[in-house]
Amino acid sequence: MAMDRALIERLIKESLPDAEVSIEDLRGDGDHYAARVASRAFRGKSRIEQHQMVYRALKGRMGSELHALSLVTSVPQD
Amino acid sequence: MDITLEERIRQDLAANPVVLYMKGSPVFPQCGFSAAVVQILSQIGVKFKGIDVLSDPAVRQGIKEFSSWPTIPQLYVKGEFVGGCDIVREMYETGELQQMFEEKGIATRA
Repeated sequence: MAMDRALIERLIKESLPDAEVSIEDLRGDGDHYAARVASRAFRGKSRIEQHQMVYRALKGRMGSELHALSLVTSVPQD
Repeated sequence: MDITLEERIRQDLAANPVVLYMKGSPVFPQCGFSAAVVQILSQIGVKFKGIDVLSDPAVRQGIKEFSSWPTIPQLYVKGEFVGGCDIVREMYETGELQQMFEEKGIATRA
């Protein structure tokens, strides 16, 4: 099973409209991605909560359709 | 998730200060992410209980509901969910992981 990079980005942005998202396909198999997500919605949230917000944005695909998403979240400095 | 499964998870978490739900065993991890967390815990010199979810499909699904976290591995310290591979690695690199073990009174080799 694999997922398309653009779909991942679109799903994240649907839930986190201000998110800056950069996605890297680690192995070129559409199954192992690394993503950096920055959003003001993360402010004040623990790392676990931030990652859970991204997983919720992916609407249940994480761990099923998408095998591995190495995630780094941050709050943009403004 | 049925009560007995949740109870079983709670008992494992209560009986062991550091628990890693993983694929495979600490000696034979079956997944790169699980192996990475095992290596970090070994480098810090923390004793932990590895629970192989591959040999227990009910726990494999149940633990995801328990922590509302969709992937394995999952690290717990004193019954509290700490994170998966990314977060444990990030905490290790910033020294937060070692500090957390000290604060929770868990022996580390350092």
